[in-house]
Amino acid sequence: MSLPSYTPLHYRIWHYTYLTICGLVFFFLIAPLFVIFPLSFNAEQYIHFSSGMIALDPDAFSLRWYEDMIWGTKNPWGLAAKNSIIIAFFATIGSTILGTVAALGLSSRHMPHKAAFMAVLISPMIVPLIISGTAIFFFMAKVGLASTFTGIILAHIILGTPFVVITVTATLTGFDHSVTRAAASLGSNPVNTFMKVTLPLILPGVISGALFAFVTSFDEVVVVMFLAGLENTTIPIQMWVGLREQLSPTILAVATCLIIMSTLILVTAELLRRRSERLRGINQ
Amino acid sequence: MSTEQILSSDGIPLEISLKKAERKNKIKAMLLVAPLFLFILITYLMPIGDMLFRSIDDRMITSKLPNTFAALAKWDGKELPDEATYEAFYKDFYPLAIAKESGKLYQRLNYEKSGFSSGLKKTNRKIKKFEKGNYKEQFMATHKIWNNVEYWVALKNTAPKWSYAKYLKGVDLKLDPDRNIVQMPENRKIYKTLWLRTLKVAFFVTIFCFILSYPIAHLLATLPMKYSNLLMICVLLPFWTSLLVRTSSWMVLLQQQGPINDLIVMLGLTADNARPELMYNVVGTFVAMTQILLPFMVLPLYSVMKTISPSLMRAGKSLGGTPFVAFRKIYFPLTVPGIGAGSLLVFILAVGYYITPALVGGASGSLISNTIAYHMKSSLDWAFASALGAMLLTGVLVIYWLYNKLVGIDNIKLG
Repeated sequence: MSLPSYTPLHYRIWHYTYLTICGLVFFFLIAPLFVIFPLSFNAEQYIHFSSGMIALDPDAFSLRWYEDMIWGTKNPWGLAAKNSIIIAFFATIGSTILGTVAALGLSSRHMPHKAAFMAVLISPMIVPLIISGTAIFFFMAKVGLASTFTGIILAHIILGTPFVVITVTATLTGFDHSVTRAAASLGSNPVNTFMKVTLPLILPGVISGALFAFVTSFDEVVVVMFLAGLENTTIPIQMWVGLREQLSPTILAVATCLIIMSTLILVTAELLRRRSERLRGINQ
Repeated sequence: MSTEQILSSDGIPLEISLKKAERKNKIKAMLLVAPLFLFILITYLMPIGDMLFRSIDDRMITSKLPNTFAALAKWDGKELPDEATYEAFYKDFYPLAIAKESGKLYQRLNYEKSGFSSGLKKTNRKIKKFEKGNYKEQFMATHKIWNNVEYWVALKNTAPKWSYAKYLKGVDLKLDPDRNIVQMPENRKIYKTLWLRTLKVAFFVTIFCFILSYPIAHLLATLPMKYSNLLMICVLLPFWTSLLVRTSSWMVLLQQQGPINDLIVMLGLTADNARPELMYNVVGTFVAMTQILLPFMVLPLYSVMKTISPSLMRAGKSLGGTPFVAFRKIYFPLTVPGIGAGSLLVFILAVGYYITPALVGGASGSLISNTIAYHMKSSLDWAFASALGAMLLTGVLVIYWLYNKLVGIDNIKLG
């Protein structure tokens, strides 16, 4: 972003002010996440930077909160992590299958009232979570699925499908339908065509939708709060409970692990998006 | 000149066979959408309908006290009802007291008029020892609510099966004993403030997000790809990170002994013992929600700015416009669709926000969602929670409809 030498002074000043403003906004976006890292290695039980930490004294840092997270006797993180993974796994599979199939139908040019169906299927993403939580709780209580894994998984499928529908329909725009017709004319049945031709082409979209569904489920607290009993507590529920009582270093250790996880997911999603754009011939 | 029908290979006119094929395709497409649609319909849309139904359903009292309401129908509401009404109430209430099923009744009637709960609880204990006959006197001796016409009027007013009283309560109105809509007393007006605060927070968070997003979206759209991809990570990482993680990082930053307060003290803006309260009030809600919702504004703005050709600005400048005029007359109008999309999305999300206000907002920074949660989980007034939810939902759906009209729901961008 170097400026040509003939740039007048006032424009120069304006340009650097603009870059500074942008820098500050990026700092505002990303810095809060990084404040958690050092504090989770704090040797003391406080959530602020001790003088030892600022002086980078190695004794001021320790892994005790990570040990507490994994082996702590009172800490339900192990159970919560197990539950979160089970719930997110099944919810992801459910929303990916339902969402992908629906997206295939929605992208067909024969589909009537496309916009209306789309609006309905996306609605769980738009309706405030507290309302979704209330409504889903009433339903699950009625059919006897409150505080069961099945109930929570079904609820997370509802919340996850909009993301899959959006990403897969986006991948299907610009999808060349002549390849499926070619497959059909060569005698392939629809299921075979889907598995061998369509799916490999839309796979990046499907996977990034699945990642969204996974993250949605893994991070979801409002609906689970209504549905979960003590034995099906999840990581977000434990964090929520912990944060309401007191901010503890163990929570920051958990948060650090979650940030690392989301970084990995982000990198995967970005790589997939670029691959998908390349496959569909969208030039950057 | 006669038009000959074109036949397909199996002898059927092409027009008919095309229509048939089209219909087949249409059914195929609908069958693909059907599983998800039915799933959402049954597990999501119908429960929301059920929630709306609960907010107006008021049959519980009438169904528990059928004889009483039959007797009260003839009563004029001026003086205490006659012996027959008291007897009818005895007939209804005695079995409930024996079966220990009167709890819901206390709670529900106490919403109507406070005092019912204690009165009914006492009656519940004493009614088992009532003697036959002379019920009016026995009731009146049990608790003072049975001497008071107002309680009987309140009871009679619960007769209609459907009630919109919860909605009135949600906007600080109520029905007086004569069924007129009146304002709540000043000291009990809490919901209007709450609605206004929710709208205010959502509005200003949207404005802040817009102000902060515009420059960085512009930078991302104009930088060469290899730099902008790197900076995009700064936008996307918070987007992918758990909401609770982001909220807890704000709790770390904003606490009294936290880095931001340390900085304020270090800069000498305030004394060490007079650190400002940055959390558990509306300031915390504003700051944390703005940062958390920022990506939802940056991404739509970015995708619109990406399509604006830089030559347009150059053309504007070459025609004699200053950079400022070129920006105002050319660039800014072209970004309006992105501004609309981002603002509506941020506003929709902000208006229903729950987690962040609950953790960093304290009492003065809590929003309508927090109150709904309170009535769902603590006060257990589900009908009222449903009514507030229905009102919030209506607002959100109006914006959603607007979004769909202006942006198109299939244009939502996710990263």
